Amino acid sequence: MIALALPASNDEGFVAPTLEDMHLPEILPWGAESGEGFGKQMLLILLSVILIGWFFVAAARKGQMVPGRLQFLGEWSYNFVRNSIGRDIIGEKDFRSFTPLLFALFFFILINNLWGTIPLAQLPTTSHVGTAYALAAIVYFTWIIVGIRKHGLGYFKFATVPSGVPMAILPLVVLIEIISTFLVRPITHSLRLFATMLSGHLIIMLAGSGTAFLLLEAEGLLKPLGALTLVGGVAMFLFEVLIQVLQAYVFTLLTAIYIQGSLAEEH
Amino acid sequence: MNEALILAAEEGANPLIPNIWEILVTLLGFAVLMYIVVKFVVPMFEKTYAERTEAIEGGLKKAEAAQAEASAALDEYKQQLIDARTEANRIREEARAEGAQILADLKAKAGAESARIMEQSHVAIEAERQAAVVSLRSEVGTLATELAGKIVGESLADDARAARVVDRFLDDLETQNAGAVK
Repeated sequence: MIALALPASNDEGFVAPTLEDMHLPEILPWGAESGEGFGKQMLLILLSVILIGWFFVAAARKGQMVPGRLQFLGEWSYNFVRNSIGRDIIGEKDFRSFTPLLFALFFFILINNLWGTIPLAQLPTTSHVGTAYALAAIVYFTWIIVGIRKHGLGYFKFATVPSGVPMAILPLVVLIEIISTFLVRPITHSLRLFATMLSGHLIIMLAGSGTAFLLLEAEGLLKPLGALTLVGGVAMFLFEVLIQVLQAYVFTLLTAIYIQGSLAEEH
Repeated sequence: MNEALILAAEEGANPLIPNIWEILVTLLGFAVLMYIVVKFVVPMFEKTYAERTEAIEGGLKKAEAAQAEASAALDEYKQQLIDARTEANRIREEARAEGAQILADLKAKAGAESARIMEQSHVAIEAERQAAVVSLRSEVGTLATELAGKIVGESLADDARAARVVDRFLDDLETQNAGAVK
């Protein structure tokens, strides 16, 4: 990623957008000098909470037997998370208590990913690693607590010592299990979301700025190449929408799988 | 895009180092969203589901009940129809039997009546005949006695004798008659 931010050799040449372009100037200058002011990213996160909360409360409030359009859309969305992710993965017995978490996670991530697509916002807030870390941490502590509640402190043995492994290689397997489950899992969980959003957005930024440079400033034969980057950029933009929805689904699905793993009777 | 920003990007912006405020804002935002979802959204949706399920199941039960009621009513009507037919047959049968009975009774009564009338007339005829015989006998006796008295010139005042004579005479007469008839 850093390699994209090549220093400009001269003022006339093309300057690719850098990662720093993802961090826009602060809206409120409070703490701005240390880069910790209230920025667009935080505003969009709070806005997403208001949007999601408003939409679903409005959709659910009437609770009619025969739903109207708004209620139908709300119920359809709620059903998707509740049944396709919650019930199918966690199982009929336990899924109800996790429906709120899965539902909130899915739509929180979905809207925050889609900010990258929505005009004027155009910043997937989950491309800031802090947001991804925070969400993955919530899930991390959730499934550990669920496991301890279900199995007691023996949960850690349950989670790291698989049955049916020969004694000779058991220590190695346990070590691998500890690393993969308790160390790598939250990192991959957060970085998967963060990296796809960041890279997708960088590609679109690159295509956009490249197109602008080629069409406006390039000379001669290079100019028509701008059409190629424009078409490619639009294609990537549409592809990004798919990725944004898909990553919200993947993150929520993995959450359900982790919780199911903590609730399982057998390793 | 200037030199300073690019340098900053090269030096400082390790994308894996989080901004602590972004973490806090995310946690806060998500906590608020969770509150809204747990407190309002999920209960309202689940309530609607439960009500809808109940409504549908209630409707099905109601329909089943109506169906059962309808088939029960149909059975009842069929039973009533069968009963009514049986009743009608029975009444017709009874009427026929009664009619036959009445006819037989009337015949018997008529027979008895005619027998009685015949009997009565026999008795009356017999009585009349008897009366006629008695009156005839006394008249004929008187006539014969008078006649005989005239003929024999002999007073037959002695009634006992006269009666004997007359009786004998009449017996003879009857014997003769009987012989003549034979």
